[in-house]
Amino acid sequence: MHTLRIIAAIFEKDLRVEWRHRETLASMCVFGLLVIFLFNFAFEPAGEESLRLLPGLLWIAFAFAGVLGFNRSFASERENAALEGMRLAPVDAGAIYIGKMLANLFFMAIAEAVMVFAASLWYNFSFIPALGWFTLSTFFCTLGYVAVGTIFAAIAANTRMREVMLPVLQFPVAIPIFIAGVEASTGALKGDPPGDYASWIKLAAGFSVIFVVLSYLLFEFVLEE
Amino acid sequence: MKKTFPQTVHLAVTLAALLVSLYFIFLYAPQESTMGEVQRIFYIHVSSGNMAFLAYFLTFFGSFVYLWKRNESADDFAYGSAEVGFIFCTCVLITGPLWAKPVWGIWWTWDERLTPTFFLWLLFVGYLMLRSYVIAPGRAALLAAVVSTLGVVDVVFDFWVIRMKSYRGQHPAAVMGGGENSGLDPRMWVAVFVTFVACLLLFSYLVRQYMRVAALRRQVARLRQLRDSSSGA
Repeated sequence: MHTLRIIAAIFEKDLRVEWRHRETLASMCVFGLLVIFLFNFAFEPAGEESLRLLPGLLWIAFAFAGVLGFNRSFASERENAALEGMRLAPVDAGAIYIGKMLANLFFMAIAEAVMVFAASLWYNFSFIPALGWFTLSTFFCTLGYVAVGTIFAAIAANTRMREVMLPVLQFPVAIPIFIAGVEASTGALKGDPPGDYASWIKLAAGFSVIFVVLSYLLFEFVLEE
Repeated sequence: MKKTFPQTVHLAVTLAALLVSLYFIFLYAPQESTMGEVQRIFYIHVSSGNMAFLAYFLTFFGSFVYLWKRNESADDFAYGSAEVGFIFCTCVLITGPLWAKPVWGIWWTWDERLTPTFFLWLLFVGYLMLRSYVIAPGRAALLAAVVSTLGVVDVVFDFWVIRMKSYRGQHPAAVMGGGENSGLDPRMWVAVFVTFVACLLLFSYLVRQYMRVAALRRQVARLRQLRDSSSGA
């Protein structure tokens, strides 16, 4: 119960900070939109082709926008030595991780909704028929992506050139989730029977659970002085 | 440093094993019937591949021990394994295409064996870059240990995901565990084994050297600190 209250407090704090300066979400959304926008000029997909390219395009945009957001989430903690303050608090380090992870998940979900909406508009593609399964698969893949992104952002915050360090650490580890995300959303958007791509969603769910638990346990070492 | 197995002997045995493995690769093992001489790169390739995965696992092992016992030499072992493992992994990725070009006609394909090896290479790169970019040197060991623990779990997922992706298996079947059907001449088996042992010796020698240098470096830092504190007082 106590742990849940700590998680909620950190989650709420991150949301309030974001509400006051609106930096993270704005940069994630704008950057994601730019990726989708540039992609159009790189490939000019139309009709059938856009169905083939869209899942990959969306996941590239999610991946880059995510890195931007995760970096922000710990860079802002370091600016005023806020992380040191949190470290001094007599709370479980894992709870801090879960709180920050949930806040990042919340920001990612909003940014993803914006990107999907833009892609649907610009590529004349309706997500409505497959929305349920598409949302489910994207949820689990995003959870896994955010789970590794949050802990790697905390690690990268300790390095020079953290903007480069985060993708170098995170992308190789997030490859399974990236592949699962592309495969599952391709299946969903094509209108395949869910049984055909359910194994990808299961993989993403398994990845998410394992990496959330692992990061929860390891976060103590990341915060240790 | 323990005197149980002197370094010079270690070096001599390693060099001898490497020479012997060259004999086995080029003179003892028969020529492959369809691929010809180019197939001989296979001995180096397979051994390096096994060493690369083994090294990543040993990096994790060292990290795990470090997280548990906070033993500095466990961390040195992890770092050394990662550095040497990275070289072996690079070696696989170079020898593979050299063989593939004449045999397959292409340098690279996203096959179920090539792809995870490339992912492993990226994991090594991340680990090594992190170690050299951490601002506070005292924290590098801890952060790197966390990264290698996450990485080793990820390797399992890599194999799972690649199997599910059902890439066309371009790569020859696993030699280890291929059994009777792997089609390998018994003399080739001997050459594989000898090369692997030589690589293992090379790995152990290099990691040992790395650990020695790391220990000396720490000693120098300690002495320097001692000097500065006594002269400053």
